[in-house]
Amino acid sequence: MSRDDALHFSVAIDLPQLRVEAEAALPARGVTALFGPSGSGKTTVLRLLAGLETHGRGRIALGESVWQDDANGIRLPTHRRPIGYVFQEASLFAHLTVRDNLAFALKRARTTEHPVGFDDAVAWLAIDHLLDRRPERLSGGERQRVAIARALLAQPRLLLMDEPLSAVDADGRDAILDTLEQLPERLGIPIVYVSHSIEEVSRLADHLVLMSAGRVLASGPLNTVFTRCDLPLAHGAHAGAVLQARVAEHRDTEHLSCLRFDGGQLLVSTVGRPVGAAVRVRITARDVAIALSAPTDSSVVNHLRAVISAISDDPNPGHCLVTLQVGAAVLLARITVHSCHRLALAPGMAVWALVKGVAVR
Amino acid sequence: MPARLRPTIFAVLLTSTVPVAAAELTVAVASNFVKPLEAMAPVFAAAAGHQLKLSTGATGKFYAQIQRGAPFDVFLSADEKRPALLESEGRTVAGSRFVYAIGRLALWRPEPGQAVRPDMLTADPATRIAIANPKTAPYGAAAEAVIAHLGLTEALKARLVQGENIAQTYQFVATGNAAMGFVAWSQVSRDGAAASGSAWLVPADLHPPIRQSAVILTRAADNPAAHAFAAFLKSEAARKIIQQHGYDTE
Amino acid sequence: MTPTPADLDAIWLTLRLAGTVTVLLLLLGTPLAWWLAHSRARWRGVVNALVALPLILPPTVLGFYLLVALGPDGPLGQLTRSIGLGALPFTFAGLVVGSLIYSLPFVVQPIRDAFIAIGPRPLEVAATLGARPLDAFFSVVLPLARPGFLTATVLGFAHTVGEFGVVLMIGGNIPGETRVVAIQIYDHVEALEYAQAHWLAGGLLLFSFAVLLALHTLNDRQARR
Repeated sequence: MSRDDALHFSVAIDLPQLRVEAEAALPARGVTALFGPSGSGKTTVLRLLAGLETHGRGRIALGESVWQDDANGIRLPTHRRPIGYVFQEASLFAHLTVRDNLAFALKRARTTEHPVGFDDAVAWLAIDHLLDRRPERLSGGERQRVAIARALLAQPRLLLMDEPLSAVDADGRDAILDTLEQLPERLGIPIVYVSHSIEEVSRLADHLVLMSAGRVLASGPLNTVFTRCDLPLAHGAHAGAVLQARVAEHRDTEHLSCLRFDGGQLLVSTVGRPVGAAVRVRITARDVAIALSAPTDSSVVNHLRAVISAISDDPNPGHCLVTLQVGAAVLLARITVHSCHRLALAPGMAVWALVKGVAVR
Repeated sequence: MPARLRPTIFAVLLTSTVPVAAAELTVAVASNFVKPLEAMAPVFAAAAGHQLKLSTGATGKFYAQIQRGAPFDVFLSADEKRPALLESEGRTVAGSRFVYAIGRLALWRPEPGQAVRPDMLTADPATRIAIANPKTAPYGAAAEAVIAHLGLTEALKARLVQGENIAQTYQFVATGNAAMGFVAWSQVSRDGAAASGSAWLVPADLHPPIRQSAVILTRAADNPAAHAFAAFLKSEAARKIIQQHGYDTE
Repeated sequence: MTPTPADLDAIWLTLRLAGTVTVLLLLLGTPLAWWLAHSRARWRGVVNALVALPLILPPTVLGFYLLVALGPDGPLGQLTRSIGLGALPFTFAGLVVGSLIYSLPFVVQPIRDAFIAIGPRPLEVAATLGARPLDAFFSVVLPLARPGFLTATVLGFAHTVGEFGVVLMIGGNIPGETRVVAIQIYDHVEALEYAQAHWLAGGLLLFSFAVLLALHTLNDRQARR
């Protein structure tokens, strides 16, 4: 993409329950997750970006084009913003067949710059067999797939998705996640994805905007925000790190695959991806132990050289959170205060990180 | 009176040989005659000791209701035809039918102190003239006859608007939607003079008389109060009140 | 028993009146219904109440006020006369105006309720897909509100056909101009022409039944698709 379609926004709105005031700059490529507890204003920010909240004020610009700048009297109505929007519930037009729902979008597409063809969208979302059905005869997952295809056919320069999987059952969700993972590469446009599911976010997002009580707490690359000890994320039960890795080799006899990342390598159960494929690895803080020397008599397979960059308190007074620099990557380890004292851990010390569990996407 | 008490009272009325004390009489009265009847009710009550309960409406409607057994004792019609029909159908007390009032027609306009003459009917061709529906209202038929007598049937044909009854005809004129109208003299006069607006009392010989008949209905055959009321209507006191309200009497 | 030419005149006049009123009400009532469904204005409640007023107001009351207001001295009458329309009572146009008000709730309320039932979401979706507001209205809202419009059309038409009180008050019973079927029936009854009245009344009954039956059949077929 020659164009820099970075998204800058600074928006505010007063809702009856909540004042939302959010500002962030998002990268031109990849998926940015708007993440936070329910009621934190994620959906409102998404609606502000789309121009669906008439009382919202502020400035929104995608690359060079300014969509809204109330200080200068600029405000594009929703239908003139080159967006695709996937609502939480699929919201297909009940009076149209699937085919006509898709045609509705294609007919009104605002740009042909990143053309997504009708057949492309149908193939990516695997909805070929549904084309002549009416929405009331589709399952929740099927509806949402059609809604995503429809949003893509609007030829968006920015794709906005509001918890698109919340009304989809577990099986349908996995299939749609597979499709969504491939979207950034296929579309080459920024995607803003609202979610409160750590699992979805760590699987899809490259960039994270953390929201709480209507404000942006932090915005940055996914793992940076995940592992910052001054943020609530690092202190939750599911706190952990997400690493970008590649499949280095498959050891078929041991039913293992070897993944390489910027700080070393990991042995994991066989991954169904070819050698060289990019994978995401999620390592939760409670699955990481610390040793002062390389253990030779442990069942733990993965040992990584690390340097302690910080030690911080944990909500549980018996535990502390250790931030580890592993090459270019950052891991979190949740250990007991007792162990921390026994090993006399301190920032700057070189240690071994023992990784007990690895989740690979 | 509670409905369930009625049979008891009628039983008393039927078996009693002595004159009954104060009774209530239900009178169905054509709308145009409500005012004089209201004026008469206290006089009648003082003289005979009976209370009148008035039910007001259109004569045609009363006729249909009486045919189907409506609980009226006396019917004061706006015409002669309906009481005669009821009589021939055997729904009235034989020999009880009589003309209680003769309606007079007036050409009327709402502005007071103006002259009103029949030649003014053709003065402004852009205005409307209101009459009651000749087909259903006796005053309408009378107005049609007057217009024919004046030789204006063709001239006024396109300008006539019809009220469904004489009250509505009055309304058309009173609201200014029609410039003039043929209304009941009783509607616009008191004691022989125009009480509102300006009027020409149409000479009675220009149209067939508007004779309004009364009958006692079979339901009240043995009700002395009904007979007392019929007699009262023919009395000098009643005739005076009727004339004050703009009707002639026989 | 055969209809008299006067009866046929009344039937034709009634159909013309009901047709005109229904078309006008759909055109005027749809924006009003839209506003009532979507406005947050404080006086929306007032307008809602005004629209519903003809439902509970005796037609004679409405007719009387119309007679006064549309009359040469009334505010509306002065307006119509100043723009060269003349006085409206006793004219077909006057009946149209009266019927517009009288049948207003029967058209506006079903459409308004259909709009409310649709909710804001389909419009938002249409906007995110690049549809201008008017485009979204015609391509999304109208088809979704179809049952509401069908109901409004049938009720508006049928109610105008059955209208009596207002016509009685402002019509003046002029053949071919303001003497509609309901008045004609009333006249027949008043004149004791019961056979003639039966013929017309029965026709009106059959017509109303046929229209309602057609509506339900249509709606059922739509629902089954």
